[in-house]
Amino acid sequence: MNTLRIIRTAAAVALTGVLTFGFIDLGGILDNPLLQKIQFGPALLSLSAVTLACLIVATLLFGRVYCSTVCPLGIMQDFFNWLSGKINKKKKYGYKPESKWLRYGTLAILILAWLFGFTFLVGLLEPYSAYGRMADELLKPLYILGNNLFAWISEKTGSYRFFKVLLSIKSVTSLVVAVLTLLVIGHISYHHGRTWCNTICPVGTLLGFFSRFALFRIKIDTDRCNHCQACSKKCKAFCIDSKNQTVDYSRCVGCFDCLDVCKQKALTYGITRKKADSAREKDAVDESKRQFLKSTAVLAALAPQALHAKVTGLAGDKHVPMSPPGSLSHENLLQHCTACHLCVSKCPSHVLTPAGLEYGLGGIMQPLMKFDHGYCNYDCNICSQVCPNGAIRPLTVEQKHKTQPGHVVFDISRCIVNVQGTSCGACSEHCPVQALHMIPYKDGLTIPEANQDMCVGCGGCEYICPVHAVHIEGNPVHLEARLQEQKQNINTENLDFGF
Amino acid sequence: MDRRDFLKALAAAGAMVSIKTDGVMDIMASALPASGSTTSSDGKFADLAAIMNGEPVPMLQAALKEIGGIGRFVKKGQKVVIKPNIGWDRAPELAGNTNPEIVAEMIRLCLEAGASEVKVFDHSCDRQANCYPHSGIEAAVKKAGGIMLPADQKSEYVNVQIPKGKILKNALVHKAIVDCDIWFNVPILKNHGGALMTAAMKNHMGIIWDRMAIHRGGLHQCIADLCTYKPAALHIVDAYRTLATNGPQGQSANDVVLTKALFASTDIVAVDTAAGKFFTQINKSIKFENIEHISDGQALGLGTMNLDDINVHKIKL
Repeated sequence: MNTLRIIRTAAAVALTGVLTFGFIDLGGILDNPLLQKIQFGPALLSLSAVTLACLIVATLLFGRVYCSTVCPLGIMQDFFNWLSGKINKKKKYGYKPESKWLRYGTLAILILAWLFGFTFLVGLLEPYSAYGRMADELLKPLYILGNNLFAWISEKTGSYRFFKVLLSIKSVTSLVVAVLTLLVIGHISYHHGRTWCNTICPVGTLLGFFSRFALFRIKIDTDRCNHCQACSKKCKAFCIDSKNQTVDYSRCVGCFDCLDVCKQKALTYGITRKKADSAREKDAVDESKRQFLKSTAVLAALAPQALHAKVTGLAGDKHVPMSPPGSLSHENLLQHCTACHLCVSKCPSHVLTPAGLEYGLGGIMQPLMKFDHGYCNYDCNICSQVCPNGAIRPLTVEQKHKTQPGHVVFDISRCIVNVQGTSCGACSEHCPVQALHMIPYKDGLTIPEANQDMCVGCGGCEYICPVHAVHIEGNPVHLEARLQEQKQNINTENLDFGF
Repeated sequence: MDRRDFLKALAAAGAMVSIKTDGVMDIMASALPASGSTTSSDGKFADLAAIMNGEPVPMLQAALKEIGGIGRFVKKGQKVVIKPNIGWDRAPELAGNTNPEIVAEMIRLCLEAGASEVKVFDHSCDRQANCYPHSGIEAAVKKAGGIMLPADQKSEYVNVQIPKGKILKNALVHKAIVDCDIWFNVPILKNHGGALMTAAMKNHMGIIWDRMAIHRGGLHQCIADLCTYKPAALHIVDAYRTLATNGPQGQSANDVVLTKALFASTDIVAVDTAAGKFFTQINKSIKFENIEHISDGQALGLGTMNLDDINVHKIKL
């Protein structure tokens, strides 16, 4: 194995390992994973100028090495590809021309989908997000099962070092999407190498625009090359045309697998003197640009106008859905979130759940606050800290205390105190700010009184109310929560036993 | 005495023993202080020890001395459970949870008395993973040699019958309580929006899984019902800091009063009566008689609200 390939493989294993652990970690070891923030898709949507500039400059220098080291979906595909190579040792690829229509058509569709608020589709194909959902929906449950096995053993031995963790299916839709993603991309990569990355993947296509001009790249020494096709047959990106001694740099993912197979030592990775390839390259660039513009124009004309209306409409009139604190508004979430589910995975109270149609078609799988398994911890701001997309903006704990993503609605006609005439107070008990406060009622009873201004929308009341007399309505645009002191008289004078 | 009278007498005696086992034991114990136990201020074991003006650990030690020492309850090799209130993601200063020093001292004393293990848990309201560490209790327990048990999964609970309950006839109770030889109920004294006050009786809501069943069934009566399941050996109400208003979670430090008190009793109704009378001095908007679970408890024969009937030792340190 050549040095470059060793470095590439080591970097890929390390980066993807740490990134994956960031998704499945239960012990609070990686509460604020950073590798998620250097992913191209999230950096583009959050317009993180520095990250974007670094990634583009890296691509302009070294080609699409991003795809072979940083992108977790790429590394997953390399794993399946490696596996198929182990099983079928005679596995061979070969040069194939670029599927321009598919490649630029897909990118154009995604750009239009995003413009029309159909972010769901972008999230479906954005590689980091696709991988994140698989990590959250498929790998994490396995990790939890392992943890719970340890918990069971530690209970039997009496050490109680591990505690059981809730294992639940957060969303059937997301589970199905994750399974399908795994099957489709797994199948493609097992049989056809990096075909996904060079036809469907929007990040691959975008980086391909830059990698054409990469300073460092695979070179074919035309004098040494004897057209043996060994490199072509090894290339999982199908991008080396051994016959014509050219490489399609827009598709080369910088894996360096080809360097080892050339018996003539005609292949090297280094700075190219632009000469032989330049004519063809220029042609390719123009052609692809043309294709891209063409397909964009066609799709723009055909794009259904009705889509937008559908996206902003809400499912049912029972509840306005609630987006997580820091997401600013449904609109902001819709524009930025590619449903990587890092927030969903990190939410310690199991509140963040992938949405169904609550936000409309465009917001499928985006994080929604639901109170089936718990309520939002008052002092927790993890979701806002981890989001790489700028869909949930960072909030300090103090800022979170002043954020109102939804507000309390109290229905006295259902309240136990009113209906049964017995004490309760479960809602007020769980309210960290006393937006639901118990006030004197008849027969020595107390009954909740709701102050919507103070509410932080944590859902403690909704989660705990035994009779569904209280619930949280989301604020489509988040408001400010205004804490007021619930002053009551406290006597500290002449304290004695009292009996 | 004919056969019928004999059977009647037998039944009555049986009923007395079964209802007031603890009481009978107390009377016997009061008469004959166990060897090795400390001597209380009047030479007899207190039914209720009320301590004021001390730090948490000295107040606990003083109360136990009046009651007859830990050796009166913990025998060698016994499996002991301590059930504090660890309901909320709150620091000790905010008085949402039992004082960790008191929990730690109880563990130390139980182990010293020969307990084979001391386990601690609470079915917290906020997330357990926050409550256990932030209350200071997890660290205190581990340092003192106790074991923190998980209580946030349904699988930790087993269904038990509550034959003496009026409304609550069965509940999922934490298996640590079901399996232990003896347990100590160690709540903190707080205001509660619905129950008005939470102390020894209301602390039982943390031994079960489905608390909402209690809210649905009628809060006060179901609390009293639950207390009949497996009475704790001793109830220790921590009132070093008292959450006077906006309980049981509290809105801010302004709700907390440094009251420096502690109440301990084998009689759960008596200890809550004492705690309630103490509490209603601080929060005067609450009327003692409205804390109905205490009188419901008395009606179920759990103890007495008449503190004049029992041996009360009041001590100011």
